[in-house]
Amino acid sequence: MSSTLKPQDLKVVGSRPLRPDGVDKVTGRARYGADVNLSGQLIGKVLRSPHAHARILAIDTSLAEALPGVKAVVTRDDFPDMPEEYAAAGELTINYRDVTRNMMAREKVLYDGHPVAAVAAISESIARQALALIKVDYEVLPHVIDVREAMRPDAPLLHEAQYTEGISPRPDRPSNIAKRIEFSRGDVAAGFARAEVIVEREFNTQPVHQGYIEPQACLASTTEDGQAELWTSTQGHFVFRAQCAKLLAMEVSRIRVTPTEIGGGFGGKNNIYNEPLAIALSRKSHRPVKMVMSREEVFRATGPTSGGNVKVKLGATKDGRITAAQAELNFQAGAYPGSSVAPASMCAFTRYDLDNVRVIGHDVTCNRPKVAAYRAPGAPIAAFAVESVIDEMAAKLAIDPLEFRLKNAAREGTQTYYGPKFGTIGYVETLEAARAHPHYRAPLGPNQGRGVATGFWFNIGGETSASVNINEDGTVALMHGTLDVAGGSRAAMAMMVAEELGIAYEHVRPIVGDTAALGFNFITAGSRGTFAGGMACVAAARQAIERLRHRVAAIREVPVEAVAWQDGCARPAEGSAHQFAPMSLAEIGRVAGRTGGTIAGHAEINAQGAGPGFGTHIVDVEVDRETGAIRVLRYTVVQDVGRAIHPAYVEGQLQGGAVQGIGWALNEEYVYGADGVLQNPGFLDYRIPVASDLPFIDTVIVEVPNPRHPYGVRGCGEVPIIAPLAAIANAVAQAIGIRFFDLPLSPPRVLRAIAEAAGGPA
Amino acid sequence: MSEMRYAAPKTLAAAVALLAGAQGRARVLAGGTDLLIQMRTGRIKPELLIDIKGIPGMGEIVAERGGYRVGAAVTGMQLIEHADFAKRWPGVVDGVRLIGSIQVKGRATLGGNLCNASPAADSVPALIAAGAVACIAGPDGAREAAVETVVAGPGKTSLAAGEIVTALLLPPRPAHSGDAYLRFTPRSEMDIAVVGAAVNLTLDAQGICTQARVALGAVASRALLVPEAAAALIGTRVDAGALGQLAAAARAASRPIDDKRGSREFRLSTAGVMVCRAAEIALERARRNDG
Amino acid sequence: MARHHVKATVNGDAVEFLCETGQTLLEALRDELHLTGTKEGCGTGDCGACSVMLDGRLVCSCLVLGVEAEGRSIETIEGMAVGEELHPLQQKFLEHAALQCGICTPGILIAARALLERNPDPTESEVRFWLAGNLCRCTGYHKIVEAVLAAAREMRAA
Repeated sequence: MSSTLKPQDLKVVGSRPLRPDGVDKVTGRARYGADVNLSGQLIGKVLRSPHAHARILAIDTSLAEALPGVKAVVTRDDFPDMPEEYAAAGELTINYRDVTRNMMAREKVLYDGHPVAAVAAISESIARQALALIKVDYEVLPHVIDVREAMRPDAPLLHEAQYTEGISPRPDRPSNIAKRIEFSRGDVAAGFARAEVIVEREFNTQPVHQGYIEPQACLASTTEDGQAELWTSTQGHFVFRAQCAKLLAMEVSRIRVTPTEIGGGFGGKNNIYNEPLAIALSRKSHRPVKMVMSREEVFRATGPTSGGNVKVKLGATKDGRITAAQAELNFQAGAYPGSSVAPASMCAFTRYDLDNVRVIGHDVTCNRPKVAAYRAPGAPIAAFAVESVIDEMAAKLAIDPLEFRLKNAAREGTQTYYGPKFGTIGYVETLEAARAHPHYRAPLGPNQGRGVATGFWFNIGGETSASVNINEDGTVALMHGTLDVAGGSRAAMAMMVAEELGIAYEHVRPIVGDTAALGFNFITAGSRGTFAGGMACVAAARQAIERLRHRVAAIREVPVEAVAWQDGCARPAEGSAHQFAPMSLAEIGRVAGRTGGTIAGHAEINAQGAGPGFGTHIVDVEVDRETGAIRVLRYTVVQDVGRAIHPAYVEGQLQGGAVQGIGWALNEEYVYGADGVLQNPGFLDYRIPVASDLPFIDTVIVEVPNPRHPYGVRGCGEVPIIAPLAAIANAVAQAIGIRFFDLPLSPPRVLRAIAEAAGGPA
Repeated sequence: MSEMRYAAPKTLAAAVALLAGAQGRARVLAGGTDLLIQMRTGRIKPELLIDIKGIPGMGEIVAERGGYRVGAAVTGMQLIEHADFAKRWPGVVDGVRLIGSIQVKGRATLGGNLCNASPAADSVPALIAAGAVACIAGPDGAREAAVETVVAGPGKTSLAAGEIVTALLLPPRPAHSGDAYLRFTPRSEMDIAVVGAAVNLTLDAQGICTQARVALGAVASRALLVPEAAAALIGTRVDAGALGQLAAAARAASRPIDDKRGSREFRLSTAGVMVCRAAEIALERARRNDG
Repeated sequence: MARHHVKATVNGDAVEFLCETGQTLLEALRDELHLTGTKEGCGTGDCGACSVMLDGRLVCSCLVLGVEAEGRSIETIEGMAVGEELHPLQQKFLEHAALQCGICTPGILIAARALLERNPDPTESEVRFWLAGNLCRCTGYHKIVEAVLAAAREMRAA
């Protein structure tokens, strides 16, 4: 479906009403995962491996089971083994053989924090005592964490039967390199031969966590006839249902998942962790079981991003045209294969119109938690490397960094190297808006520098179901299954439905449907919430309008073609011979019951046509040369969002994503001891930005509508996190004349580089 | 934790008796901002918590003999909000301001920050530089000890069994005195100090430094009083040359470790930088302060 | 396992609850008094999601024992609105879209109200430093700071 609505035709879309979940959230009424309780519930806790890598020789739970107050204990013996089977989960793919092992270790533990057993008891303190009574015999093995070390042939091996996929002929030795992928176009050798300037660099980033403030929390309640109810904080309750059903060998229809309000996800809540454990414990104990992770567990055991090693080589002619681009991306997958190296490889150079490209990616297992998605998974790492090299190349060619990008920018019709040809996109518009922005020309002081960088993300559509019911008083119940993972998409969906029906936003009440109430809805990931959710809601609304027209035609005894829908009323169509008294939604609703039944519309689609998003960021930093501390002085985000249904919520995405990127660039990292145990599993030493670290984040919303969405929407949530890493590194290079290739830009690293550049100790 | 007991004695004698009687298995609870975290991780497992907040005088700031008596259970926020104290000892208040968040400062106490004995405790260097003295009560009576002698090492104090710090005494202030505390952290707030430096100095009418005390935090197993650093300032106008000597003395005295918050080399370098910046602020305050 | 019987005042109401020595005020509020508006983000005083007022002082309830609440007065997010009237901070947060997932919002509102009660005209920097103990991962703090400054303006004009 497509549309060419002009902004002035829109009455609701583009305005800034209050979000429907807002009052609950500011009064503390909103119910998150840990806020749901059932009578008689038990508290569930997980025993986790203290070793980074070990074989499990034996598990003895007898003492824990005997402790008064303990009602159930589960281990690997309570869960069926899974064969290899792949499924989509957000923007990454999972393999059930690995999912069950990540949920509960079977042969080996592969990271500090890996679950080994779980208990349910009448109180938290008894549950903790029970964990201490479980005896596990481990054979500790050497471990490896750094991606480069894990790739070496002599590295400790996590999976004895893992042979690198994507290499032909198949290697004869197993490896931590689970997969090799390659994307290419044209002839890079020839392209580099033609180049007059070449820049080649290697980059390293550390793993970071999504940092959602709400730890994972769930509550499971089962019945003796095999039904299970699950309340959980999740980005995708249908996918969680599917995963639980698979892992517990249950029929999908026997599990009903109600998503609670979510306290942040960013991709980290696309996967199950405790949910199947809670269901299994509930089955065994015949009582509801509540499981809430501690912050320490969140850091030790939930999936963060990959740490990455990226090599980039770029060639260009002196007039500023890139002739060849090459990259190798080596990403940590964590304990099991399946990092975001593929999407990262696909978007590494995609902002540019290139004839000769070659990108190779390696997915590498190592002894840390299985990585999960984090807002444009993998793209920030790739962009850190590529956008830094682009910046260095621009400087070598003495071309303004935005000009250099404009000279090589992808536009409509550009053939990407990973497959599709671009339709309507807005990259150039964001570059031009950045160039015209006053920030770009503002004066800078000593030790201050300005950097720019850009980002691209595909955005996705996917399976989406929604229903629109007209109530007896003409108000509208909108049931959607695309979870609002905080960005305000439920408000945006209600706005689009209100726009379609021609009624006030306040008369559309959006409710999240649980898994029993709607057809399948894919995870809210890939910036698909407003895009696909909106598409399905609009389709449902349009079906309702069709039925309204038919009903009014019957009531008024006129042909259907004579009935038009406008401004919330059925009216005689323009130029029609059949006149009749118009009927408002309220009037129709009042008589609907006795004229044929409630009028509703629903839609079950696989949303296609997601529009790629592009962003350009400008940042000013100041470096304290004596301590290496970096301060962000000013930040501007320019992004093409297609159409901002609710501009304030779009701004919120741009600001929030940019700040996550700032944290990634400056301070965030996992710190492991020599024993492979995580040393900073808390917010004290895992340092996310605090309010006093930051200035206001200016935003510029560019709208190049996506022609394949009824309102022109492109997803916007992921693009903002991509550019900050390189933008800040480029700004630091301007400020102190030193380029950094390793993140985070922590003060000791910066100070050391300053001292070395000065030729001695500071 | 289910067997752990809680007592809230109303007199100092009762608190000392409980602590002495528990033979090492009790902990004093003041603000609890370190204690609760340590209990939660299982690092300590006390059998008895002795809450001292109800003992008269523990939570008061009293002007006394030209100086101040600050009860050990005075919270960070209380001290920051005490206008006269903040005017007299801005450096001590600098340090207290940097203890955690507003929320943490609403509970954290001066006594607790000292007796928790973290080498990076933010209030301690400035108290040492101020020449503060700890009042201690124990089974054998009351005594006083210079603050720099109270901490023995990470997590360890020199207090004998059954002893409790009851107050910190700050001496009278000569005219033209100023103090300051600065620390280095990666974020602007909320971090543990990677390096902390406190400088307290007094000038004569001609602007020459006649007295000084310099203390460093987070660069050794406990906060250090560095007489050599003070000597670099005494007799000078605290000019660039003196500051250079000050930085060198600070670095020479530092014995930092490598840990996840900072490397040894970074701490050494930054100690020199922060102590000079603190000295400059103390100097500015001394010049403005007519006593 | 003897539990303490604690009597306190919460949002103006006299309340009683039982708790073990090691249980925090946060756990008591959520699990014994069923006031789940106050959230646990970290349990170690680093995130501020559990912020409440204790005898007029802004504190992290995860760093206060339940038994320490004896005889004290506690204010939580549930008491911030008065009847139907949202506090100006709550209203401004809605108008300025200063919340997304909302998990940090109760703690930030309690902290912001404490700021404006002692400093009705804070600068942007004063707001940021006061709120440094409240982590937010969704908003980047921009709209939160704007909303607090807007509420301060409105409260000064009233």
